[in-house]
Amino acid sequence: MKLISNILIILVLFLTSLSAKAAEGEKINATGIVLEHVKDSHEWHITGEGDRAVVIHLPVIVYSSTGWHIFSSAQFAEEADSQGMRQGPYNLALGEAEPYSGKIVEKTGDEYKPVIDISITKTVANLFIDAFVLIFIIIYTSRWYRTHKATDPAPAGFRGLMEMLVMYIQEDIIRPSVGKGYEKYCPYLLSAFFFIFVCNLMGLIPFGGNVTGNIAITFFLALCTFIITQFSGNRHYWKDIFWPNVPGPVKVIMIPIEFVGIFTKPFALMIRLFANMLAGHAIALALTCIIFIVAATMSRGWLYGLGSFSVLLSIIMMLFELLVCFLQALVFTMLSATFIGLARTEPEEE
Amino acid sequence: MELLMPSFGLLFWMTLVFLIVLVIMWRFGFPAVSKMVLERKKFIDDSLQQAFEAKEKLAHIQEESEAILQKAREKQAEILNTAKATHDTIVAKAKDDAREEANKLIADAKAQIEAEKSAAIQDIRSQVAELSVHIAEKVIRKKLSDDSSQMQVIDNLLDEISVKK
Repeated sequence: MKLISNILIILVLFLTSLSAKAAEGEKINATGIVLEHVKDSHEWHITGEGDRAVVIHLPVIVYSSTGWHIFSSAQFAEEADSQGMRQGPYNLALGEAEPYSGKIVEKTGDEYKPVIDISITKTVANLFIDAFVLIFIIIYTSRWYRTHKATDPAPAGFRGLMEMLVMYIQEDIIRPSVGKGYEKYCPYLLSAFFFIFVCNLMGLIPFGGNVTGNIAITFFLALCTFIITQFSGNRHYWKDIFWPNVPGPVKVIMIPIEFVGIFTKPFALMIRLFANMLAGHAIALALTCIIFIVAATMSRGWLYGLGSFSVLLSIIMMLFELLVCFLQALVFTMLSATFIGLARTEPEEE
Repeated sequence: MELLMPSFGLLFWMTLVFLIVLVIMWRFGFPAVSKMVLERKKFIDDSLQQAFEAKEKLAHIQEESEAILQKAREKQAEILNTAKATHDTIVAKAKDDAREEANKLIADAKAQIEAEKSAAIQDIRSQVAELSVHIAEKVIRKKLSDDSSQMQVIDNLLDEISVKK
């Protein structure tokens, strides 16, 4: 029931934010709305348009030629100038159009130069929230285990659920995939699983941003798996890459393929998670946009018909996304574990 | 394309956040959970094993007690038999003793009676003799008033005695 109420809330929020546009008979730019949601930005646009917009101005942290600057993104001009730049303090500007769209640049003379930007953007803010939730879950769950003995009755409720999940991931996913000595990989793989899972789920609830559907996040996670895999690789693993057990001429083909394979595996991990989560957000938003596109262009009958159909579809998609959230976290963990396991396999005695 | 380019700021924060999550997971996190679950599993397995052993032991004890009971019963029968035999012997011996004692008593009594009888006869005899002497004395005192008769009596007596001898 909670999920359905969440869906209703998100729909109502979009209704309020978009109905204004629809009523004015404006053409709805569905692509723009979807992209605005999934893309990172320095302002957290919650609801409303124009004067009624509810926006959280997030802090900007940049390092330019004049040193470190920390200020609110509200200090950038409301309107972009002719070059599509929103001018701000310290000669800095926020790009609204290409080639600097969404980027903070420094104006030196007539040229714009990139700066080191570690601002708390929308995604970073969401990342903090998700990490906070995750850390809370970890501490809340494990505290019970540190204050109880093994002879006590097993925990019930949320802790029981977490225990089931942890043991499922550890015993059914990590152990068979990694093989002997799997214990030392558990902290990373469990962290990755729960991090992805929590971020995915947080992305489903209203206001929750798109974190795992962001390439930087999946890039980092894939990089971790890549590094751990390479450091876990035994002699056999490296030999299989640089001197595979195939006839001479085939080696010429196999070696480059195997070498590229080192990188394609984590690359596939990165793209899979990113694309799945991004698509989930895009579909949820697109289905909601249908209502307003219909409302703006067609008669009332069509609106109610297609609108309710779209709501139904959204509910189904949301349930499906719930599955995808778990599945993608699971797939990432399982494949990471498999890659590590493959790098550690001992050659079979023949 | 912008969606596909990892931004530096996000990467920076992600690294920081994920490392914090990882450290927390490592230090305080779910290893504790799996450790506890494994411990609990061991505890349950041990308990099951113990219960099984206890059950077996119980069955064993029951068997043992049955055997002990059987043994006790046998012993009891044996003891009862022995007791009966002892009882019989004792009774027989007692009877024998009693008979012997009785015989002895009877014999003693007989001997005593005999002795008393002979003593009594002796006594009577002496009394009779005494009486006879008294009587004789009296008779003699009366009859010896004359000498002739006296002499006759003495002669008679002397005869008697000599005859007797």
